[in-house]
Amino acid sequence: MTTISLAMAVVVAVLYSVGFYLLLQRSLMRVLLGVVVLGHGANLLLQLAGGPPARPPILDGTGDTAGLADPLPQALALTAVVITFAMTTYLLALGYRSWVLVGHDEVQDDLEDRRIARRRTVKASMGEEVEETGDEVGVDPGSAAASDDPVTSTADVR
Amino acid sequence: MLLALVVAHLALACALPAVAARSTRAAFGLAAVPPAVTLVWALAMAPQVLGGQGVTQSIAWAPALHLYFDVRLDALALVMIVLVSGLGAVILVYSAFYFGRRSADASRTSALLVFFAGAMLGLVVADDLLTLYVFWELTSIASFLLVGQSGLHRANRRAAVQALLVTVFGGLSMLLGFVLVGESAGTYRISEIVAAPPTGGAVTAGIVLVLLGALTKSAQAPFHPWLPAAMAAPTPVSGYLHAASMVKAGVFLVARLSPAFASSAEWWLPLVVLGLSTMLIGGWRALGATDLKRLLAFGTVSQLGFLMVLFAVGGRLAAVAGAALLLAHGLFKATLFLVVGTVDKVTGTREAGALSGLGRAMPGLAAAAMLAAASMAGIPPLLGFVAKEAAFEAFQLEDDPRGWIVLAGLVVGSILTVAYSARFLWGAFATKPGVDVVAPKKASPGLIAPLWITSLAGLVLGLIAPVVAPLIEAYGDSLPSRDAEEAGYHLALWHGWNLALALSGVALLGGLLLHAARGRIEALTRALHHPVSAQRGYELVVSGIERVAVLVTGRLQAGSLPFYLAAVLLMVLALPGVGLVAGWAWPADAPVVHQWMQIPLGIVVVAAALALVRAHRRFTAVLLVGAVGYGIGGLFVVDGAPDLALAQFLVETLAVVAFVFVLRRLPAHFTERRRPRRGVQIRKGVLAAVAGTTVAAFGLVLSGARTAPTTASDEFVRLAPEAGATNVVSAILVDFRALDTVGEITVLLVAAAGTASLVLATRYDRRRKGRATRSSTDTPDHEKEVLG
Repeated sequence: MTTISLAMAVVVAVLYSVGFYLLLQRSLMRVLLGVVVLGHGANLLLQLAGGPPARPPILDGTGDTAGLADPLPQALALTAVVITFAMTTYLLALGYRSWVLVGHDEVQDDLEDRRIARRRTVKASMGEEVEETGDEVGVDPGSAAASDDPVTSTADVR
Repeated sequence: MLLALVVAHLALACALPAVAARSTRAAFGLAAVPPAVTLVWALAMAPQVLGGQGVTQSIAWAPALHLYFDVRLDALALVMIVLVSGLGAVILVYSAFYFGRRSADASRTSALLVFFAGAMLGLVVADDLLTLYVFWELTSIASFLLVGQSGLHRANRRAAVQALLVTVFGGLSMLLGFVLVGESAGTYRISEIVAAPPTGGAVTAGIVLVLLGALTKSAQAPFHPWLPAAMAAPTPVSGYLHAASMVKAGVFLVARLSPAFASSAEWWLPLVVLGLSTMLIGGWRALGATDLKRLLAFGTVSQLGFLMVLFAVGGRLAAVAGAALLLAHGLFKATLFLVVGTVDKVTGTREAGALSGLGRAMPGLAAAAMLAAASMAGIPPLLGFVAKEAAFEAFQLEDDPRGWIVLAGLVVGSILTVAYSARFLWGAFATKPGVDVVAPKKASPGLIAPLWITSLAGLVLGLIAPVVAPLIEAYGDSLPSRDAEEAGYHLALWHGWNLALALSGVALLGGLLLHAARGRIEALTRALHHPVSAQRGYELVVSGIERVAVLVTGRLQAGSLPFYLAAVLLMVLALPGVGLVAGWAWPADAPVVHQWMQIPLGIVVVAAALALVRAHRRFTAVLLVGAVGYGIGGLFVVDGAPDLALAQFLVETLAVVAFVFVLRRLPAHFTERRRPRRGVQIRKGVLAAVAGTTVAAFGLVLSGARTAPTTASDEFVRLAPEAGATNVVSAILVDFRALDTVGEITVLLVAAAGTASLVLATRYDRRRKGRATRSSTDTPDHEKEVLG
């Protein structure tokens, strides 16, 4: 039993496509609208999956339940609608705050990540510079002198 | 008692820094106590152990996982304890005089050395593969910290990291091998595995992995360069870890498992080939070294290869020779390292080219060194000679191609050994023309006495070889003999005129000739210094791994949100999308439309959504989203979901109002500082369209796969009157699934709190500054660099 008609499938496809497209944009407001449209698409899909158009699931007291729409997907979709709304307002506030603080509502690239991508060669290995930069000052660490008393100023000798 | 001794080492290591704060000498002295006690206890146990009864002990670690600390003192462990604890005590006493009283390194080194001694003790007595692994890695960590020292010198840091990377790489593969072997055998107890060796493909793979651990730990080619590099550690540390004990762990592991696996070629072939090459490479490189410590390090590499070969073949006599050489090498190499430490201490250099006339100035030191070097070269009557004779004899008795090839390799290796032994004595003590005679400082007795102990031990053990033979031979006796001659061979100085003695003579003569031609040999080692060396290989591997890591990170972690989302969408298309196409089952009964009212509403929704893509003004966009929302509400009505439609209309209205409130403050148009390129936008559009269509296709196909309506819903409809409701949906929301609704309300509350705090924060900022927050549109300098 197919519950989704072709026409409705087209509507769902358009809603999801538009939602995805807006999510891929850089303007935070567009991203937010994308979330909202995606939410609409998801809620519609949820409701459509429940079954074809039918009588509202309201009992008229006669005990006749034939042809009632499936109430469970409706309840679930209702919860989803409300939660989408909550998320929308929160994102809206977040976008607004971002605009107040940085002066634009654009999703920025992470600069540190781009720096990594630009690094062609390994500049350091295991936290050490790859190229030897001159001799290190001091004695050979494996020598006896290195294990001896540290050379201190005369003040140390009491 | 065994485990108590191990724990005593580790506990003392924790307490030592407090002692060292008062006196570093007392700290080293105290650190020498547990190894000394262990040695005495182990020797007291020797009659019992050699009588065939090992001392065993087992403590449950995690019995549910079959994890136990199983320890066992047997003949092989006894020999290793003489090395680990005996030499440990001697070297710790020496260290007390080597390190300056106020040296910052002394406190750390004393604690780490005794910690290492404990870990090593645990390693040699472990009778459980996993227990052995734990102690194995503890020694690697101790080595890392001891080589790294304070970390102030680059040489220390590099050497420490290299040692750690190489040995831990081997250790991890060894763990994998242990698991394969242990699971195949059904037990992790080493004694049980040796008694009944498992077979099969998994065991073969396990053996290879275990060997990787042994080869890296014992610095076998091509993993050997970490050992010479580790000479950046203080000399007593090098003498203890990187000559006498830790690097023997790999050899020890081979000796432990040889009785089980020596008959299979995948066990002995790599060990013999790599061991022989290591012996030759190490010996050759030692001939080119001018730093005496480095010379000894290459000598150690060479001798470890020798030991590896002896234990790998799993014959009685080879194993007897191996155990004797294990002991002899520990004694003479520790002596020589301590000699280098003392020479360095009194003259301030370890360079062969800068030392001259030291033999005349310090004849006592030279004599001790000469005894040790003679043992290394295999000259009678020292223990090294006894061991080498037995080794020659073992492979001569094998009398097959393998035996003869190995014998030839060992003779060449011995020639090199004699040559670098002579080179060491010459480098440290000879009077060289054209070099100023050094004027050594006076060495304290603490720097001389310990090395005499180990030096004389090598001599005495050689002289009384038949007396100590039972101790050394006990391990070999557990292995099969080829014939009666091999079974009847006992360690002794004199076996009559035979081939082994002749080969010893050849080695001695050849080595001395090689030393006589040292000028030419040195030039040759420099000329042959190949750019493709193992050290270069290590560096290339490490930098290669880092380069790949940078490449992968750079590609995957682009830092761009659209990129990440596109990657997620692509994955959705690649995995479930392909599955959808592969299992395509188009619903045959899908109608074009269920109700004619769906068509105009659908058109409204689709038109508004498509217009949204083109909208440039924020306000238009928000109104269009509102239109989509109302359209969907209409569809809900048609579908027979009045409650849902009601909620949708309310929510949509509220959302539009909220948007309008915010839009008052934002610019009218979408501001994008850089206009997105057209090609990029088209690609995004295509991706989004394909992904959206896939979702809808999923809906169609999956709903077509349904065979019957849900039965749970019928129950809700039946029970709704009992809940006192005529509206089934509200009955579900507030009664049947009320907990869901509580969750939903919680989400609302949290979102409301978040929204309020964000809005209030903005207001608070403004009030505090007394003016509207001015937003800067300038790009900070550090961003310009990347954004261009």
